[in-house]
Amino acid sequence: MRESINATTPNIPAQTKSAPLVVALAGNPNAGKTTLFNALTGLRQKIANYSGVTVERKEGNWSVGDENIKLIDLPGLYSLDATSLDEQIAREVLMGRSEDLPRPDAIIAVVDATNLERNLYLVTQLLEYGIPVVIALTMVDLAEKQNLEIDSAKLSKLLEIPVIRVKAAQRVGIDELSAKALETARSDQPPRVKWLSNGHHSGDVHLSLSDNDAVNKQIFARYNFISEVYQESVQPVDQSEANFSERIDGILTHKFFGLVILVAILLLVFQAIFSWATLPMDLLDSGFGVLGEFVGTQMPPGILHDLIVDGIIAGVGGILIFLPQILMLFLFISILEDTGYMARAAFLLDKLMSRVGLHGKAFLPLMSSFACAIPGIMATRTIENRRDRLATILIAPFMSCSARLPVYALMIAAFFAGQTVFGFISVGAVLMLGMYALGIFVAVIAAFILKKTILKSPPPPFVMELPPYRLPNLRTVLQNMFTRAWLFIKRAGTVILAISIILWALMYFPRGAEVQGSEVTVQNEASQSKTNKVQKPKNEDPFVSQQLENSFAGMLGRTIEPAIAPLGFDWKIGVAIIASFAAREVLVSTLSIIYNVGADADETSPTLIKAIQTAKKADGTPVWTPLTALSLMVFFVLAMQCMSTLAVVRRETNSWAWVIFMFGYMTVIAYFASLLTYQGGRFLGFT
Amino acid sequence: MKNNASEGKVMTLANLEIGAVGKVESVLENGAISKRLMEMGIVPGVELKVVKTAPFGDPIQIRVRGYNLAMRRNEAEAIIISE
Repeated sequence: MRESINATTPNIPAQTKSAPLVVALAGNPNAGKTTLFNALTGLRQKIANYSGVTVERKEGNWSVGDENIKLIDLPGLYSLDATSLDEQIAREVLMGRSEDLPRPDAIIAVVDATNLERNLYLVTQLLEYGIPVVIALTMVDLAEKQNLEIDSAKLSKLLEIPVIRVKAAQRVGIDELSAKALETARSDQPPRVKWLSNGHHSGDVHLSLSDNDAVNKQIFARYNFISEVYQESVQPVDQSEANFSERIDGILTHKFFGLVILVAILLLVFQAIFSWATLPMDLLDSGFGVLGEFVGTQMPPGILHDLIVDGIIAGVGGILIFLPQILMLFLFISILEDTGYMARAAFLLDKLMSRVGLHGKAFLPLMSSFACAIPGIMATRTIENRRDRLATILIAPFMSCSARLPVYALMIAAFFAGQTVFGFISVGAVLMLGMYALGIFVAVIAAFILKKTILKSPPPPFVMELPPYRLPNLRTVLQNMFTRAWLFIKRAGTVILAISIILWALMYFPRGAEVQGSEVTVQNEASQSKTNKVQKPKNEDPFVSQQLENSFAGMLGRTIEPAIAPLGFDWKIGVAIIASFAAREVLVSTLSIIYNVGADADETSPTLIKAIQTAKKADGTPVWTPLTALSLMVFFVLAMQCMSTLAVVRRETNSWAWVIFMFGYMTVIAYFASLLTYQGGRFLGFT
Repeated sequence: MKNNASEGKVMTLANLEIGAVGKVESVLENGAISKRLMEMGIVPGVELKVVKTAPFGDPIQIRVRGYNLAMRRNEAEAIIISE
C-alpha cells in the first residue's frame, strides 16, 4: 500500500492514492438513480418505481480513465433526517460511520427535472454534510414535454455545484458526468451552505431531534432557498391542467373502475402463470426425462449411477421445471413496479389495509412476498413505525410465494387437471386463486389480532408519493427478471442440490440385506435394458419400498406419522414435509426422489404425477386423494417452511424471539387449518 | 367537523374540497409525521390542490410543487390552509 515509489513516477498520478476514491449515488425514489447506477457500473440491480425497493447497499466499480472509483448506491431517499431505516443507513454512509466504508469523497445527486423542488431538498441536505456534490439532472426530456425549461447553467451557478444533464439509458452525458465527478472527488473542497444562518451541518444538528422547532425552521429555510433557486432557473409553467399521469389516474384510481382493474390485473397475473407457462414447463420436463435416461444408460450401474439419476437429476430437474412460472411472476411484478402502478394499488387499498391496522405502504412488501418473502420483508424498511413494520414482517410469509407454486401446481396437475366449473373455468385456476386468497385471509386476521394485542399502536401515518407513470424500460425489466431467475437457478444448484443429495442418502442408507439382493436385480435389469429394452417391472417393487421404510428418512417420517396422520399424510409425505423446511419447493424434488427410488430412467418410467396418482398404501388404498392434496396445499399456504426467510427475519428484527414466535404461530395455524380441511372434508363425505 | 368557527376561517387540508386550491398556513406539530410533511415540501406559503380521494374516501391525493402525494385525512388535518 504505502509504496513510496509512486512519488517518483509522476506519469501515473491516478495510481498514487492508496485507496480507491469513493463516490456515493443519492437521490429521491423514482429519480432514475438505478438506471444511472447501471449505466456507470454495468452492474445488475433492481429498478423500481415505488419508494424504497433499493434498500440494500449496492456497490459497483466505476472506471473513469485510469481511476477505479468505488460507487455506492444509497437507498432512495426523500430526506436525511433518520426517521426511516433507509435514511439512517444513508446517514451512516455519509458520515463515514458505516462499517468497512470510508466517508465518500463526493456525492452524485440524481435530480429528477420534472420534480425539481422536492428533489433539490435532498441536495441541500447532502450539501450540509460537507461532501462535494455533483448533480446528475435526469428526465430532462420529460420536463421539456411538460414545457418546463430548466436553465442548468443558472442552476449550477446558484447552487455553486456542477449540474450535468444525463440520459442514462442512452448514455448521454455519462462521460461529462464521470469527468466532473472525478474532478470533484479529488478536489476536497467542502461546499458552501448559505441557507442555514448558523452554518450548522445536519450531521451535528439532527442529533438533537427533540428540538422540533429548530428542525422545522431548518426545513423551512431549505425550501425558501430552493424556491428562490427554482424561480430563477426555471420558466414558470401553467400546472392547472391535468397532466398525463393524472389523466391515467382518472381511470386507474377511479372509485369503481380502479378497483375492477386492480382485480383484473391480479387475475391476469395468475392466469398467465398457470396457463401460459405450461408449454415451456412441459418442454423442460421432457428435457430432464431425456437427460436422466441418457445419463442412466451411459453410466455403469451402482451407487454413483443412483446418486446422479435418482438424486441429482430427479431432484434438481424437478425444481427447474418451475422456472417459466417464476419468470412470468417476476416479469409482472417488475412491470407493475416500474410503471408506478404499485403505488396506485397502495393508494386504492390503504383504507382496507388500515382497517386491519396496516399501512398502505405494507402493500408493496406484501405484494413482493408473492414472489418471495425475503425481498418482501426487506422492503418493509420503508415503514417507519416499528410495530407496523413488525406486523407486516410477521404476516408477509402468508402470501403465497413462488416457492409454493411448484407444490400447488403439482397437486393440481395430479388431482384436479382438466376439470372445469361452468364448463370453461378450470378447477386448477380456481384452487390456485383460492390458495392465494386463503393466505391473504389468514394474513388479514393475523394482522388484526397482532395489532390489537402485542403490536398495539396508534394508527400509522400515511404519506406516499404517487410517482408519474412511466413506460417500463424493457431492458431493465428483463434484466430484473433474469437476475431473479438466476438467483433461483443458483439456489437450485446449491441449496437444493445439497438437500437432494442428503435426502437421497437418507433414503438410500442404511442398506438392508434384502436390498442388496434387490440391487442385483436392478443391475440385471439395467444391463438388460441396455441391450434389448425389456419392459420393467412396476415401481411398487416390495424391496424398494422396504428399503425406503427402513432408511433413515423412513424412520424419521414414521416417527412423526402419528402427528400428521389426522391431516391425511402418511410417513412419506412426512419425509417430504421435513425436507421442505429447508425450502418449500424441495417438497417436489423430495417426492420425485421418494417415488423414483429403485426406478431407473426409461421411457416407460412413470412421471412424478403418475407416481403420486398411483401410489398405494399397504392395504391397497391410494395414499393420495384429492382431499389429501388439498390438505397438503393448505398446510403449505400457512406453514413457515423456509429457513432463508427465518434468517432474514432474524436479521431485520435483530431478535431470535420474533423468529421463534413467527415459526411457532405459523406452524400451529397451518396444522389446525390442514386438520380442519381434511377432517372437515371427510365429514362432508369427500375423499 | 364544523367546530372550527371559533377562529373564523381556520381550515385544514382535510376539509378542502376536491379540485380546490389552498395555501399552507402552518403544519401542526405532530411528531415525525409533521416533519415528514414539511420535508415533502408542504411548508408555510406553498400552494396545494386536492386532486381526488381514494375509492373508500381515504386517503386523499394532492398536488404540491408539481408532483402528486397521497396522505390520509388524519395527516391532512394537521395542515392548516388559508385561502
